[in-house]
Amino acid sequence: MNTPRTRNEITAALRPALLMLLVMTVLTGIVYPLVVTGIAQLVFPRQAAGSLVSRGGQAIGSTLIGQSFTNSRYFWSRLSATTPQPYNGTASGGSNLGPLNPALLDAVKARLAALRAADPGNSSLVPVDLVTASASGLDPDISVAAARYQAARVARARGLPTARVQALIAAHTAGRLLGLLGEPRVNVLELNLALDALK
Amino acid sequence: MNAAAMMLIGVFLGLLLLCVKPVGLYMARVFEGRPGWPLRAGASIERRIYRICGIDPEAGMGWKHYALALLMFNLLGAAAVYALQRLQVWLPLNPQKFANLAADSAFNTAVSFITNTNWQGYSGESAMSYLTQMAGLAVQNFLSAATGIVVAIALIRGLARHSAATIGNFWVDVTRATLYILLPVALLLALVLVSQGVIQNFSAYKDVTTVEARTQTLPMGPIASQESIKELGTNGGGFLNANSAHPYENPNALTNFLEMLAILIIPAGLTYTFGRMVGDTRQGWAVLAAMGILFVALLAITVHSEQQGNPLIAQLGVDQTASASQSGGNMEGKETRFGIAASALFATITTATSCGAVNAMHDSFTPLGGLVPLFQMQLGEVVFGGVGTGIYSMLIFAIVGVFIAGLMIGRTPEYLGKKIEAFEMKMSSIAILVMPFIVLTGTAIAVSVDAGRAGVANPGAHGFSEILYAFSSAGNNNGSAFAGISANTPFYNVALALTMWLGRFWPIVAVLAIAGSLAAKKRIPVSEGTMPTHGVTFVILLIGTVLLVGALTFVPALALGPVVEHLIVWKTP
Repeated sequence: MNTPRTRNEITAALRPALLMLLVMTVLTGIVYPLVVTGIAQLVFPRQAAGSLVSRGGQAIGSTLIGQSFTNSRYFWSRLSATTPQPYNGTASGGSNLGPLNPALLDAVKARLAALRAADPGNSSLVPVDLVTASASGLDPDISVAAARYQAARVARARGLPTARVQALIAAHTAGRLLGLLGEPRVNVLELNLALDALK
Repeated sequence: MNAAAMMLIGVFLGLLLLCVKPVGLYMARVFEGRPGWPLRAGASIERRIYRICGIDPEAGMGWKHYALALLMFNLLGAAAVYALQRLQVWLPLNPQKFANLAADSAFNTAVSFITNTNWQGYSGESAMSYLTQMAGLAVQNFLSAATGIVVAIALIRGLARHSAATIGNFWVDVTRATLYILLPVALLLALVLVSQGVIQNFSAYKDVTTVEARTQTLPMGPIASQESIKELGTNGGGFLNANSAHPYENPNALTNFLEMLAILIIPAGLTYTFGRMVGDTRQGWAVLAAMGILFVALLAITVHSEQQGNPLIAQLGVDQTASASQSGGNMEGKETRFGIAASALFATITTATSCGAVNAMHDSFTPLGGLVPLFQMQLGEVVFGGVGTGIYSMLIFAIVGVFIAGLMIGRTPEYLGKKIEAFEMKMSSIAILVMPFIVLTGTAIAVSVDAGRAGVANPGAHGFSEILYAFSSAGNNNGSAFAGISANTPFYNVALALTMWLGRFWPIVAVLAIAGSLAAKKRIPVSEGTMPTHGVTFVILLIGTVLLVGALTFVPALALGPVVEHLIVWKTP
């Protein structure tokens, strides 16, 4: 009685399995995401659409997604290992280089060289997040230390007093949530947009 | 470990502990079918589901029927996921016109998602249509999680019942797990995630012109609804390739905290459910204590190791010291907003459980920081473990533990009043040993053939670790990776799919067999000679059993990978 020996019993189990899969697919695969989408679009439309920012009516990026900056006038983002170009939004991912991999050390050295070339007078140690690739390849933030390290270079390139740039960094520093969660950081896109907006 | 890291971990574990009893109690009520408000509210939906499916909810199942229903359900689930991937180009909700997936890749992914592994050979944002994601992959996020939970419940019933022929009704259990546990919490969490910036839409990808006038394409999609169940069901398959490291999946420290909590809440809560259902909550706390002790010890190693950073990078004039203005440490493959502490904590949680979601790239961890995730999987994911799988695997270790103790003191071993005899021991051995067998055999084959070695991204010992990690992840249904490995090849797709399949269903059938056998037994009254299974001695015994089996099986392999690498990184110049 309790042993599914016959072919009949196996076919008998097939029917509820198939119907249950269908019911659950409708419930969890269609109804559920549509309900979430409906509420999300209604209550949090900006977030649901990707936290886009625009300037002069043009979408210029997302505050959540990092961008590549190479000009001395801007704060640079972290390294991005996405291919074929850095900060490729359709190919997120890290370098996946192990700690001993020569390619990792080469990438660090290349970034160090670029940072020094852009700011020859700066002899302080370089904050680690500025010479390493993020996990997503789209990290929107840099550490406060990484922003401060670049302040003098950006100020010089823009003909601004360094103190002004330092103040801008302070204004754009996000602290720990409730003093507990997350790391103090600076959103690079927002900081650079603020720089451009300075009179 | 610095003060900020300690605070984060302390608050996190404290909050988790507070959730254990209410969540566990709720789940016990759901599976005991007690008429609380959720069951009353869902009763009409539940009845309708049973009527559509032609199920008699009152009919109990013996373990073989239970197992048959489970296997059939999962087999059909795999077929559905496979079909969606192979037909997506002709189906709706594919704004990027993604092509159908290759047969080997689709097969791998189908097995991956029904086994709660969520190993991903593909890259979400450039391969899967929205329909495939939500109606295929996300559905299995629910159903594979429900499957894990009900196996645990069946085993708990086996321990709780006596002289019984049945262990529950699979269809009723799956329906209730989905309807009363997974769906409501996933819905709530999804909405909180959206409020913080996780996206939820059906738009085509968006092109923007960046500040420096480059074109950047932003991925879109119904991510939040999938993200929440991905964590809650310890599935771990990211909508996007970078998984929970991607700002659209995990935009800030709060979402990160909630995602970590979601991963652990059901596995931790089930320990209380277990104690409650066997009528002695101390039994559940003992199991939780064993899990908690292992977790904290392993977590400390990861945090410390990642915070130490990479000495080879420090030599180049780079500052890796933690301060008020940076988290320092080994930041390769980590996100600034999470820093070292939240990345190391996430990595430990995701591999203690069978989740496998990542908010940092494990491949770029320091050798010992990467060893911990690897070792946790190899312990059989019993440190909390996956939803359901964690508690049932730990209970199997408990059975083995009391058996060993019984041998030492020369008494017939028993657990919770049930005599542990030859049949239970045979099945326990099968449940425990199949995983190391397939993981080590798979790794050995992969390092011996060109097709296996070709996938390696990093030179030297780290390359071996990548292969060992892949098979450990597949065999334990984790799904995280040392992601440098190129595994979307026919060899790895097939080899890892087989590993995932065996690693999931072989132990499940053995566990259900134990459940059936235990349910049929009489309960022996507690006597002078009964070994208590709720005290400190038992906790130590349980931890010892887990570590002994794990260490004996895997330390040699670990020595060839992360241990060698650690010695090279830290060798004195």
